[in-house]
Amino acid sequence: MMRATMVRHPILSDSLIAEVASESCGATALFLGTVRSSNEGREVGGIEYSAYDEMAEREMGLILEEAGTKFGVEAAVIEHRVGELVPGDVSIGVVVAHHHRAPAMDALRYIVDETKARAPIWKLEHYADGSREWVGAGTSSVT
Amino acid sequence: MNVTVRLFASYADKLGRSRLELEMPDSATVADVTRSISSLPGAATLPPSPLVAVNCSYADARTSLSDGDEVAFIPPVAGG
Repeated sequence: MMRATMVRHPILSDSLIAEVASESCGATALFLGTVRSSNEGREVGGIEYSAYDEMAEREMGLILEEAGTKFGVEAAVIEHRVGELVPGDVSIGVVVAHHHRAPAMDALRYIVDETKARAPIWKLEHYADGSREWVGAGTSSVT
Repeated sequence: MNVTVRLFASYADKLGRSRLELEMPDSATVADVTRSISSLPGAATLPPSPLVAVNCSYADARTSLSDGDEVAFIPPVAGG
């Protein structure tokens, strides 16, 4: 069972874990990415996540298929938020179920790293001083 | 032929729009669409070879296009 979804509701780790639960799996690995209250020395008030939803889901689906082939993953789910988040909110949740712990953790890292590198998702950071900036886009400040 | 262009995040801000329709020659490639976009107001600060996807798959500049294709210009991604 593999699922990759862009969501507009809070990500609930218990639900993700329950979704991949299986008596045949001895390991369940979970990653939660959360919004930090500072970035490169600036106080962050919130982040607006946006995405090319249909491509992001397709790309994350491909990443899950790759993880299945490379690591023998039994089941995995990615949920990624879009919309306005504040520090402490979960922006991404990834859960992997596998027979054994080592490949579960290897697959988890692979899925998270590839999602960050490939999924067309963007962050507009809102700072405490009222300014906003696209993360990773160089000098693309928004006035 | 007609192609739909999608713009996101900082690129949509720069060009002041997130979607437009272009009429292109039948032999058009991704590079041709990139050239068309680069002449629009606000496009001067786009990179010369931006990341592009065609119909939700990453594509290179030589990719040939078909009528009805969706060409998306992908700013540096920052998920997670």
